[in-house]
Amino acid sequence: MELIFEKSREGRRGYHIPKTDILVKVNMKAPYIRKADCPWPEVSELDVVRHFTQLSRLNYSVDTNFYPLGSCTMKYNPKFTEVAAGMEGFANLHPLLPQLDSTLVQGALEVLYQMDRILSEITGMDDFTMQPLAGAHGELTGTMLMAAYHRKKGNKKKFIIIPDSAHGTNPASAAIAGYEIVTVATDKSGVVDLEEMKSKITDECAGVMLTCPNTLGIFNSDIDKVAECVHKVDGLVYYDGANLNALMGRARPGDLGFDIVHVNLHKTFATPHGGGGPGSGPVGVKKQLSKFLPISRVIKKQDGFYALNYDYPDSIGYIAAFYGNFSVILKAYAYILMLGAEGLKEAADQAVLNANYVMECLKDDYDLAFPRRCMHECVFSASRQEKKGVHAIDIAKFLIDEGMHPPTVYFPLIVKEAIMIEPTETESKKDIDDFIEVMKKAAKAAQENPESFKSLPKTTSITRPDEVKAAKDIKTNYFAKS
Amino acid sequence: MGNEEEYLYTKEHEWVCLDDNIAIIGIAEYAQNALGDITYIELPQGGDEVEQFGPLASLESVKAASDIFSPLSGKVIEVNGELESKPELMNKFCYEKGWVAKIEPSDLNEKGNLMTFEEYEKFLEGLDT
Amino acid sequence: MSWFIANTDKDVKEMLKIIGAKTIDDLFSDIKPRHEIKSFDLEEGRSEFEVIEHIRQIAKNNASDLVSFLGAGLYDHYVPAAVSSLMSRGEFYTAYTPYQPECSQGTLQSLFEFQSMICALTDMDIANASLYDGGTALYEAMMMAIRVTGRKKIVMDGGVSPIYRKIIKTYTSNLDIEFQETPVVHGQSDRKQIEKVIDKQTAAIILQNPNFFGAVDDHSDVVEKAHSQGVLVIESVYPISLGVLKTPGEMGADIVTGEGQSLGLSLNFGGPYLGFMATKKKYVRKMPGRIVGQTQDLNGKRCFVNTLQAREQHIRREKATSNICTNVALCAIQSAVYMSLLGRQGLKELAQLNLDKAEFARQELEKIKGVEVKRSSPTFNEFTVCLPKDAQEVIDAMVVKGFAAGFPLARYYPNMEKYLLIAITEKRTRQEICDYVKALEDVLWN
Repeated sequence: MELIFEKSREGRRGYHIPKTDILVKVNMKAPYIRKADCPWPEVSELDVVRHFTQLSRLNYSVDTNFYPLGSCTMKYNPKFTEVAAGMEGFANLHPLLPQLDSTLVQGALEVLYQMDRILSEITGMDDFTMQPLAGAHGELTGTMLMAAYHRKKGNKKKFIIIPDSAHGTNPASAAIAGYEIVTVATDKSGVVDLEEMKSKITDECAGVMLTCPNTLGIFNSDIDKVAECVHKVDGLVYYDGANLNALMGRARPGDLGFDIVHVNLHKTFATPHGGGGPGSGPVGVKKQLSKFLPISRVIKKQDGFYALNYDYPDSIGYIAAFYGNFSVILKAYAYILMLGAEGLKEAADQAVLNANYVMECLKDDYDLAFPRRCMHECVFSASRQEKKGVHAIDIAKFLIDEGMHPPTVYFPLIVKEAIMIEPTETESKKDIDDFIEVMKKAAKAAQENPESFKSLPKTTSITRPDEVKAAKDIKTNYFAKS
Repeated sequence: MGNEEEYLYTKEHEWVCLDDNIAIIGIAEYAQNALGDITYIELPQGGDEVEQFGPLASLESVKAASDIFSPLSGKVIEVNGELESKPELMNKFCYEKGWVAKIEPSDLNEKGNLMTFEEYEKFLEGLDT
Repeated sequence: MSWFIANTDKDVKEMLKIIGAKTIDDLFSDIKPRHEIKSFDLEEGRSEFEVIEHIRQIAKNNASDLVSFLGAGLYDHYVPAAVSSLMSRGEFYTAYTPYQPECSQGTLQSLFEFQSMICALTDMDIANASLYDGGTALYEAMMMAIRVTGRKKIVMDGGVSPIYRKIIKTYTSNLDIEFQETPVVHGQSDRKQIEKVIDKQTAAIILQNPNFFGAVDDHSDVVEKAHSQGVLVIESVYPISLGVLKTPGEMGADIVTGEGQSLGLSLNFGGPYLGFMATKKKYVRKMPGRIVGQTQDLNGKRCFVNTLQAREQHIRREKATSNICTNVALCAIQSAVYMSLLGRQGLKELAQLNLDKAEFARQELEKIKGVEVKRSSPTFNEFTVCLPKDAQEVIDAMVVKGFAAGFPLARYYPNMEKYLLIAITEKRTRQEICDYVKALEDVLWN
């Protein structure tokens, strides 16, 4: 497809600036002015609308396609939450208004306060900050909270333990907070190796970061024992909330021994993923860590008024400019209000049912990474197919041609040729059956006609891209002189 | 250079070829194969001091990033600048034109920590199982 | 069955049978009785209508109808209707990160166009596909400069947003980084002090243009001095201002970041916003965040992919250039739509109109007795005034008259309790500006 720049014609306009209603005209002079006009495209409004509409049609999305992308919880994003977020009273609200007077933003502060309470109840924590702007940002906030806690207590801590099945964001976040990373292997049952973990927990261990259920979709029944070991050396246990969708109404990280959690509102609470963001990653803590939470914090005063409080001398400080991705938080609030306690539990129940159903139906066609009951997602390996020369990525491309977004492939890293499937609760048996049928078809084709995969996909606007060329002949800017 | 059977190897799949008190270093077939198409190398600078098994250079492919560790301690005296524009040489000719750096080794006793070709072959067999 | 669950009771029965479980509870057998939930005290679910009405009531408690002269980094610009119309397409907003390029060309090409337009705006070589917001982008730029130079000292100009400075301080509290701040004199960066503090241990100097007080500067000479010591220059910019102002690229800056909210995003009480970053080509491998690159498919057709991923956390883990994963792709696409609508001519005119209106307001405000308008340096659409009264008191009185009068600088600068930061965008009409001036005069003298 043409680039918007290639559609540009000199003098064409897409939007007209209001006519000036004043006589003043400033003539900004050198050296303060830009030399040449900014070469943004010159296109009409229709050009723009048609261009981006056509581009959008080149995407697979939850609204258009089955999207079982493991670890990402691509559940349906209800439309009414967009209406809530678009309300004038929220969309046009300047974030510095409370600096003028907090009575001007009582509604917005109420939403933040209520979400603090609601998320605390859902996760079993005591206090939340809504500020982190995505899951990884929550992780960074969490590891900084760990550092603040240890610094306050005079603990000499050096490293954070992370299982080898973890998301890459875990070690990356812990490193930014100044910690070394110690990796612990996964045992034969698909959970973190408790004995190895114990052997690595020393007095210098600041804490452990765990995903629960883990990235293999398995709930570790010894999770409380892990927490116990860490607590013995005054370490803290961090809950990566990527997989909270499996636990809602069934178990709470706070009850399991976790001290810090982050929640991905864009996964568990149905806010749209936006082609890669915005997300929102609120962080919750147990009481003994509350004083370290970032400022500002929303408080409810005795007279019922909401206010921002900055007076927390032990706070780690500002991790974001304002109060988080507010409109994402608002959408999640609307979603939670609609589902209520029963609805959230049922979401978890159905997510787990759907994943187990997929696992059961495909276990004869693909090798299971860990043959045991799963939670909200299941992980296969295409190792059997690989022997015929068909890799996980080839199966992914096969699915694309069948109109389905592929599952996550090649993650977790510890599973060779991993295929990670998370159907979510909003998919029906009918749609899952269709998916299973396609997966079986792919497995059969891998046995009978492995060569056929190399030219897939065939139905999309492009065939497989040359990623080596992209990394070698770097072109990321239309205007760059080559 | 040219006969990999006479090189010494590390567990991280680097090779070193000793020639007149100069050590030529590169990556082994196993490493280039595991990385896939190499798209970028960050080379050390002439004069840099490196330690045995310490980082010497770093590599990127489309799906992976990896450090090259120096098989011996010493001073870098030359790097293969051609790799900057043609990193694929490390894929195609990893034992010759794809060499990475030459160093002046400071302690030849360190050779004892390296594997001969035969030992390395055995080591590789162990990895495959 | 509750909301958004599609399986019928019959489906559930059939599925359980195939799985070999009697009830859904059986599927949770790994959660032992001792793990079970201690409390789940949430309200009962509600209908869509009830939720919307509830939220509508809450929204009424926000004073979003004040006529706004408040900026301080976030600006009330008009967003054309075509922007929200296009962004309501589920194909954009319900997709995820383009891991599979063949079925994500819409997102990928849009992001490529976004990157290109950011490069055009800033006169830089390469932009990434977004970071969370302006503040975190500036922090990421600082970390990038430390990686590029291998040095650990940072010089921070006093004109950089105090909010951004607080963020950076927070993030670096566990890292061994030395900070030095240089003051603002007559509105602009203090050249003498900068020259004094930058040295061969300095990784970068962080600047902002226009600065927090609204003053415009040309940092070309600062860049020259910094480069002579091997110091990188990071410039935080307000994108709309670059319709008229000298670009950071022209000044020679090495890394440019900014808050992209003014490029077609609503104020949203603080987010989501749009952090952007651009740099010189030679530094691209040290840049954080996703980058979309052009390549070709098997048939030689032009297409786009996430590229240089070996920098990122999912491959390099603790050695990655950043921990960022989810960014704000949708906001980046939204701004690409806005930038396309505005176009070459629109941007120039919009920037000029902001400039003119702000000057008109300055001139009108100067007519009020006791109001001192700072004129030591040029400004764009925001400027500082000194009032004959405490600014907070004035703000309170102006709220009653229906205005968000500006930002009280004493919030971050304790000795500036009489100073007010006033922003004017194209949305403020002559009438509104005149009403504001009249109201202010009223508040001050009646």
